[in-house]
Amino acid sequence: MITIQDVKKSYGAAVVLNSVNLTVDKGEVVSIIGPSGSGKSTLLQCINGLEAIQGGTINVDGTSVHARGTNLNRLRQKIGIVFQQFNAFPHLTALQNAALAPRRVLKLSKKESHDRARVQLEHVGLGDKLDFYPQQLSGGQQQRLAIARALTMSPSYMLFDEVTSALDPELVKEVLDTMRMLAREGMTIVAVTHEMSFARDVSTRVAFFDRGMVLEVGEPRKIFSKPAHARTQEFISRL
Amino acid sequence: MSNTYFVGLSFQSLLFLLEGAGRTLLLGFCAGFFGTLLGLTIGWLRFQSRIAAAVLAPYVDICRSVPLLIQIILVNALLGVFGVYWNAFTTGLLVLALYAGAYFSEVFRAGLHSVPIATIRAGRALGLNGLQNLAHVVMPIATRVAFPGWVNIFLGTLKDTSLVAVIGYVELLHATQILITQTQQALIVLLGSGAVYFIMCAVISSLSRRFEIGIPK
Repeated sequence: MITIQDVKKSYGAAVVLNSVNLTVDKGEVVSIIGPSGSGKSTLLQCINGLEAIQGGTINVDGTSVHARGTNLNRLRQKIGIVFQQFNAFPHLTALQNAALAPRRVLKLSKKESHDRARVQLEHVGLGDKLDFYPQQLSGGQQQRLAIARALTMSPSYMLFDEVTSALDPELVKEVLDTMRMLAREGMTIVAVTHEMSFARDVSTRVAFFDRGMVLEVGEPRKIFSKPAHARTQEFISRL
Repeated sequence: MSNTYFVGLSFQSLLFLLEGAGRTLLLGFCAGFFGTLLGLTIGWLRFQSRIAAAVLAPYVDICRSVPLLIQIILVNALLGVFGVYWNAFTTGLLVLALYAGAYFSEVFRAGLHSVPIATIRAGRALGLNGLQNLAHVVMPIATRVAFPGWVNIFLGTLKDTSLVAVIGYVELLHATQILITQTQQALIVLLGSGAVYFIMCAVISSLSRRFEIGIPK
């Protein structure tokens, strides 16, 4: 379970997160929607400790992410994250990209790590691209590679940070389909997204995020048809 | 002209030149090796910390702004003042490695800056610790970017070994001068010596090109 309590973050005078509260239970798919620049991506990067926070707490399975003495490298093994920008390692093939963390972090043998990588790459439909370098793959394939790379660590949670925003329109579907597949398999997902079809059809809950805080959370049907807040309503109506 | 004082060109002359070329390669490769280690360390330190960047800036600036010839003569003289009597090879190696290290550090630093933050974060997000991320993600990407610049500096260093002749190291250029004095055949000896320099550098750059083609961008 991910518990986010009263989290505050600022860069100097600029407040990015202003008392964020949100919990994500095992097996949930939570979509975070809201205007650009409202701090959604920053929040995701706080969950696995890539970003520091100035107040509040984030707990993942009872471990406080930002507490002194927390082994972040160990914690990150159970939190997979995929970013908006493609960031496959350009010097490694698809197989090597996905095998790197099992090999170096879990210290598996070369064969075991390659086997694990192959299974996940096949799972996201890249079984025929094992020896391709990232620059030989389309944007959609690179994002699926990033998903497979995160899955090789057998994470309990997957965080998606606007993973389709940098994609050409015709490539969005293959990545969303991969995310839907993970959701069907019971993966716990927190997705910052502008894909309202995903938020509406796949999520168990939707959180509307605005000006550094979660304004309201609820079932997709409720958020999209009967939002409680005027600002949510305004955002939804402009879609 | 009688040949009382001068000797003619012979096979021996060629061997003499090649022996000088061997010393050029030895000094050049040693300086390139230690300079690379130094450059990697300093480039990384200056990339990593603002304090290190400020503290090490004068070293890089001095090495790059004072002519190498002056550095060699000064260091050689200063070592003597402090009672350190190294041979010309060791002194030359010290100066050349420091000099090349300053240049190398800048190309490595540029390489490190070329690695996207998102890629660095992606590595850490997988659970790699800082050192593992540096070794398996950051450095491999950075060195590919830095490689052409590295080859440039390495070839420069190889030719800069000729300046170590001023403190008595008999490398290719010094050997050439000796041969000219002995034979008075300046034109042909210089042509031969230039050809040897060219072949050495051409082989190195063609090897590096082949290496570069082999690595994915």
